[in-house]
Amino acid sequence: MYVAVKGGEQAIEAAHAQLAEDRRGDAAVPELTLMQIEQQLGLAVDRVMTEGSLYDRELAALAIKQARGDLVEAIFLLRAYRTTLARFGASLPVDTTRMTIRRRVSATFKDVPGGQILGPTFDYTHRLLDFSLADPEREREPTAAVDCPKPTSGSALPGHAERAARQSEGGVGAISGPPRVIDVLDREGLIEPERSDDDSGVVGDVTREPLAFPAARDVRLQNLARADEGFVLALGYATQRGYGRNHPFAAEIRIGEVELELAPEELGFSITLGELTVTECQMVNQFTGSAAAPPQFTRGYGLTFGHTERKAMAMALVDRALRARELGEAARTPPQDEEFVLYHSDNVEASGFVQHLKLPHHVDFQSELVLLRTLRAEAGIAPATTSP
Amino acid sequence: MSRYNFAFLDEHTKRMIRRALLKAVAIPGYQVPFGSREMPLSYGWGTGGVQVTASIIGPDDVLKVIDQGADDTTNAVSIRQFFRRTTGVRTTTRAHDATIIQTRHRVPETRLAEGQIVVFQVPIPEPLRWLEPRETETRTMHALEEYGVMHVRLYEDITRHGHVETSYDYPVRVNGRYLMRPSPIPKFDNPKLDRNPALLLFGAGREKRMYAVPPYTSVRSLDFEDYPFTIERWEHACALCGARDAFLDEIVVDDKGGRMFVCSDTDHCERRRSAP
Repeated sequence: MYVAVKGGEQAIEAAHAQLAEDRRGDAAVPELTLMQIEQQLGLAVDRVMTEGSLYDRELAALAIKQARGDLVEAIFLLRAYRTTLARFGASLPVDTTRMTIRRRVSATFKDVPGGQILGPTFDYTHRLLDFSLADPEREREPTAAVDCPKPTSGSALPGHAERAARQSEGGVGAISGPPRVIDVLDREGLIEPERSDDDSGVVGDVTREPLAFPAARDVRLQNLARADEGFVLALGYATQRGYGRNHPFAAEIRIGEVELELAPEELGFSITLGELTVTECQMVNQFTGSAAAPPQFTRGYGLTFGHTERKAMAMALVDRALRARELGEAARTPPQDEEFVLYHSDNVEASGFVQHLKLPHHVDFQSELVLLRTLRAEAGIAPATTSP
Repeated sequence: MSRYNFAFLDEHTKRMIRRALLKAVAIPGYQVPFGSREMPLSYGWGTGGVQVTASIIGPDDVLKVIDQGADDTTNAVSIRQFFRRTTGVRTTTRAHDATIIQTRHRVPETRLAEGQIVVFQVPIPEPLRWLEPRETETRTMHALEEYGVMHVRLYEDITRHGHVETSYDYPVRVNGRYLMRPSPIPKFDNPKLDRNPALLLFGAGREKRMYAVPPYTSVRSLDFEDYPFTIERWEHACALCGARDAFLDEIVVDDKGGRMFVCSDTDHCERRRSAP
């Protein structure tokens, strides 16, 4: 019954060879390039970068290709690469008021300073399969050649290519995007001020420190940003159906490019590392108030890489639900339970542990068999078949 | 593999893990939280054990990797290959020759010696987890040495079934203090943990905890005076080597209920067969 060690090794090698062959598919079909994935499956790239917590479109595209389109597997690949990278500092907080806007909508006001910009969204598409996409021969005209406004930074401000040009002329920091919708409420004192629950000034890092409870909001938000989109979506949805209901309004969703800056200690000023595309969601939620404090709206926040609006919105709902303790609400439902949410949100962990059940467990199972047979024998039940 | 450090992890990470291990050794059975890294193998496949091994292994070590007691199971093969690629250390199937033995679900039948280290892969480190799902609660229970619920559970099993219904991952008390999960080894292996001359290290990667049993530390399986702890026994001997005192795997050989029982520890079985 002893299988030579070589047998297992050969089996694994053969499995890897088959996997490579299946990945490639029919050799008569041209191989996908990373550029094609990056350009034409951009939202898959965005999700993999967000949950892989590594902003690198090319590596994300590579991971998607290697994972045969299994995005959770691609996220895992990216994470396992990320873990080997050195940490050389923490960036300055990203200033989303200086975003070059691609899309920006508010559900709380009919119009807002800076305007509503629909941008590239599926929202009002009719989900009819577009069979013209199936025909590779036909180069399609852009639909009805709509006169698209260029991305703007605030009203009548230049797009980011122009902005970059202007900055190189020395106009650094001169431009700011449209104000946050939520700031309008803030000025009137209608919404709680954004305050930190942590005075240390150091941002947590869930990839370096194990979770501890109660978890601070920076750690919770980091966990949620990396969390499985499906899990966060389901929890956010549950809050809308009464499991931790918090009466949300989407004050603003904005998508666009922001600059990432680092201020190295030895330099004494900040330098721009590059540009990120991010999705930010600000939710305005049910108000609280007490004898001491007048009633105010509360906040829920979501921020994700790329164009990942569903995730950012769900994240904002769950962020608000997880603030139950801080806001003196009874935490009775799963979305409000930080141990439940934070420990089960990670799809790399979840996928691994669920699937590890396919590893051999025959030793433990044998122990169970021995015990069960003993119990049954003591109960006077004879075995149905006799062992040799 | 030259672009990766020796044993994959960077030296800062290894030092962080070794510090956590020192704490674990200093407080036997206590679960030390650590900054578990994402490894290039899946959670549940032994990421905790792999991180522990990677942090303690040196070029002169000789590594043995087993899963279910066997060196030839696919995941054991895969982890052994991982370390062979990332360290180039010698590997062996012989428990005697190994300086580090990484294992999943078994303790070797071979009596271990001083200087050897066994690294256990742990899925769920918390012994109270099925009784209390909250980490905040279970940490408090450990701090207060509040282990009554576990005794109550064992008692309830006995009143209902006449036996404790746990056959693997059977809870133990380490050094008279911490309640510990021996990782899912069959309870057959529990007595081997007690006062073992080897250092026993436990790594749980996904749960970000590690713990240890230093050499010659007392490890007691929970029981009652009138219901003492017992281990599994088989009516059969190993069909290959004739062992009567080893843990046996049951192999289904036909579709008529035919069974064959063989040692789960392949190294132990081989040596018995090749012994003159």
